[in-house]
Amino acid sequence: MKKTHITTTINNDEVDFLCEPGETLLDVLRDELQLTGTKEGCGTGDCGACSVTVDNVLVCSCLVLGVEVEGKKIETIEGMADGEELHPLQRKFVEHVALQCGICTPGLLMSARNFLEKNPDPTEEEVRFGLAGNLCRCTGYQNIIEAVMDAAAEMRGA
Amino acid sequence: MGMKPTPFGTQIPYEEKEFKVVGTNPEARPDAVDKVTGKARYAADINLPGQLIGKVLRSPHAHANIKSIDTSAAEALKGVKAVVTRDNFADLPVQHASAGEIMVNFRDVTRAMMAREKALFDGHPVAAVAATSESIAKAALKLIKVDYEVLPHVIEVADAMKPDAPLLNEEQFTKGVEPAPDKPSNIAAQMTSVLGDIEEGFGQAELIVEHEFNTKAAHQGYIEPHSSLANYTEGGNAEIWTSTQGHFLIRAQVAKVLAMEVSRVKVTPAELGGGFGGKNMIYLEPLAVQLSKKSGRPVKMTMTRDEVFRASGPTSGTNIIIKIGVTKKGRITAAKAILNYQSGCFPGSSLPLCTPTAFTRYDIPNVLVIGNDVVCNRPKVAAYRAPGAPMIAFGVETIMDEIAEELKIDPIEIRLLNAAKEGTQTHFGPKLGPIGYIETLEAAQAHDHMKTKLGPNQGRGIATGFWNTLGMETSATLNINQDGTASFIYGTVDVAGGMRAAYSQMVAEELGIPFENVKSIQSDTTSLGFNFTTAGSRGTAAGGMAAVKASRDAITRMCEVAARIWEVEPDEVVWEDGHARPAGSNVGDFDPLSLAEIAAKAGFFGGTIAGHAEINVTGGGPGFGTHLVDVEVDRDTGAVKVLRYTIIQDAGKAIFPDYVKAQFHGAAVQGIGLALNEEYIYDDKGVMINPGFLDYRIPVASDIPPIETQIVEVPNPLHPYGVRGVGEVPIIPPLGAIANAIYHATGVRMRSHPMSPPKVLAALEEAAPAVAAE
Repeated sequence: MKKTHITTTINNDEVDFLCEPGETLLDVLRDELQLTGTKEGCGTGDCGACSVTVDNVLVCSCLVLGVEVEGKKIETIEGMADGEELHPLQRKFVEHVALQCGICTPGLLMSARNFLEKNPDPTEEEVRFGLAGNLCRCTGYQNIIEAVMDAAAEMRGA
Repeated sequence: MGMKPTPFGTQIPYEEKEFKVVGTNPEARPDAVDKVTGKARYAADINLPGQLIGKVLRSPHAHANIKSIDTSAAEALKGVKAVVTRDNFADLPVQHASAGEIMVNFRDVTRAMMAREKALFDGHPVAAVAATSESIAKAALKLIKVDYEVLPHVIEVADAMKPDAPLLNEEQFTKGVEPAPDKPSNIAAQMTSVLGDIEEGFGQAELIVEHEFNTKAAHQGYIEPHSSLANYTEGGNAEIWTSTQGHFLIRAQVAKVLAMEVSRVKVTPAELGGGFGGKNMIYLEPLAVQLSKKSGRPVKMTMTRDEVFRASGPTSGTNIIIKIGVTKKGRITAAKAILNYQSGCFPGSSLPLCTPTAFTRYDIPNVLVIGNDVVCNRPKVAAYRAPGAPMIAFGVETIMDEIAEELKIDPIEIRLLNAAKEGTQTHFGPKLGPIGYIETLEAAQAHDHMKTKLGPNQGRGIATGFWNTLGMETSATLNINQDGTASFIYGTVDVAGGMRAAYSQMVAEELGIPFENVKSIQSDTTSLGFNFTTAGSRGTAAGGMAAVKASRDAITRMCEVAARIWEVEPDEVVWEDGHARPAGSNVGDFDPLSLAEIAAKAGFFGGTIAGHAEINVTGGGPGFGTHLVDVEVDRDTGAVKVLRYTIIQDAGKAIFPDYVKAQFHGAAVQGIGLALNEEYIYDDKGVMINPGFLDYRIPVASDIPPIETQIVEVPNPLHPYGVRGVGEVPIIPPLGAIANAIYHATGVRMRSHPMSPPKVLAALEEAAPAVAAE
């Protein structure tokens, strides 16, 4: 099948790739670019494990086609830490045992970061609704909510 | 549970002592940084040069004879490198083996992974293709022509048990009934568990309550779909990277179905993206190996979510009748359960495991449990966290609530009155040793949760759970490295990140070195001897016993090295606080040698130091828990909102308490999902109509209230650190607890799940005249 040449920015690096018309952004990230931190849990936009941002908009990358991201700015879990230094959300997830198997974790972190950018001082209930698009089967969400609240407080300088 | 104890098992007695590392929450989380940065490598993240993509063609019919399969057009498609069907796998005779918590029969295993004479469920694999791209593989599937003769099907357990039900296997006669039946049946086997005299027990009862309960199949719901990468090499060996809870079981099953020697199959378990019992059996692995063998290239196969739902998991749907008799004072005199369990398209439900849990929370003199293992046109069931137990507890715990109300006894008091304790005779065999059930009930009574006032349409429910801890074959190696660090190589897959931390804690505690100096590393199948899978809450308990044994073995070796350095006898050296020391002043005046000093010199004084454990652990400890839940029911919509949830459980000894609490959270929320939302739904053709997370709705963050936990510690006397398994108990109580809470909120007893808005609304409307009249 004939492939299309796409140029984009991923985690501040200029990247180009070839993709089939039917390939999703998730397929491109994982299979063409070997950025396997973004996970596939369903392929139908129901679980949030593949959450990334495209021009700062949080999306399920399984619902975006690779050919749609020409010229866009994409951020994935691989770009979240600043070198060795973890993002406060990553650090708080570790501290609070907010992950078990970890398959949903990259998507949850991308969602949580995007959520806190929009609402830096949320209530616990707002966090629960803000992250309701990200399924986690291991944690029962309790420690995730605590980690996000704690990270939000730290990021506000509280 | 469900397996005979071996007289050659290993138990190491609990020793009361001051712990330095065990029982703390170390800041370093060995698995976590890789998981939060996206670096942790799951099976679907692994690729090999030149790999092909494999896809499976699945039956669209619930029950059909497969008359012929024509793969010629698919094979002719450009980019297709191999196609396999039943013709590429040998038939196997009846042969039973253990796969996690559930027994399997290889005659059935080989038919489950690839249909032979019949397709037995919607989603049953019929053919598999390997091609140079996923799009070509998918296109090839459409070119395979399968000639099906559709047969009548049966989905529900009660229907499958009827004498005129469509039969899945004409040669299956019910086992375990006398006289042996002369007609085939979907009831594969009947099993019973008896204590005392059931008739006499009910004769002594002054109040008898009996009800029927129905539950639906539910999926483990791991977010990671099954994924396997296989490479068949020219030398006749197979390498497999896969998502599994038990790589040694996968190796055994692959070797069996492909008629390979075990030594020629190497399985590497990737980081596991959730299993909960559902990743102990082969699905994609043998197909990928066979496609690789045929194409000469590595083959990677990953299920879609639709495939995960239709063709892996789920737990049994059930039809259960529970009958309990009590005296007016609330003492239980007799209890009976009839458990009709779907096993999916082949025999082998979780009945042997969950039958022992039926009434074991209570001290009851007369018990009868009858279980029927029933086949129907669904995927073969897999274990799901305390397999089969939540459904029985749903019945037993709601009846206990009803009895308490009838006799005007507090629901915790009636449980205390009948509570199992040390010395209680179980209905499945042994007498119980020291357990912490009463402690969890008393903690619940004293808990702040009980003081919260309830508003209108709000109710509080309580329920309890019991699950045993499996031991089984466990092997491990502890390498003492030249720089003074220790590498603990374990073979029981770490399913949630906490096991590898707990192993490092136990090794550090034994060796007397810092937690950070011990690295726990998951083995592949070539670096250790056989390990059983992570099932039955055995991971930290059994793996921990291996960690302790390997550590003590390494200490013996280190003391020998110190003895050689000092030119004394090994028994004149003791190990204390991470150092070899002379056993007494008469041995000589030697400065203590640290682990690092010994490790550095070991090469010259006997060779590399390693400790080993190759054991069969039999010291599993029974675990008990009590849950409290408050709900509010919306009378207009039937929606049940969980307001507050409290979990109290005996962990024996919590090695890493934060991870233990995390296990409580996760299991309880799976139980809440089972109670309120989750169910397999089939259409009238036997096709699953909700095979996706949109329609099979697992709990999301906004469904769940804050969860409180309390760890009770009554040490398991047969484990060196007192550990009991913790992962499974907390999925057992939620169904019953929530049903009880709904009752106390509304006056309506729910006896089937999911207790979803339409069902609760219908129950409220049905009960409305009666409730209004009260």
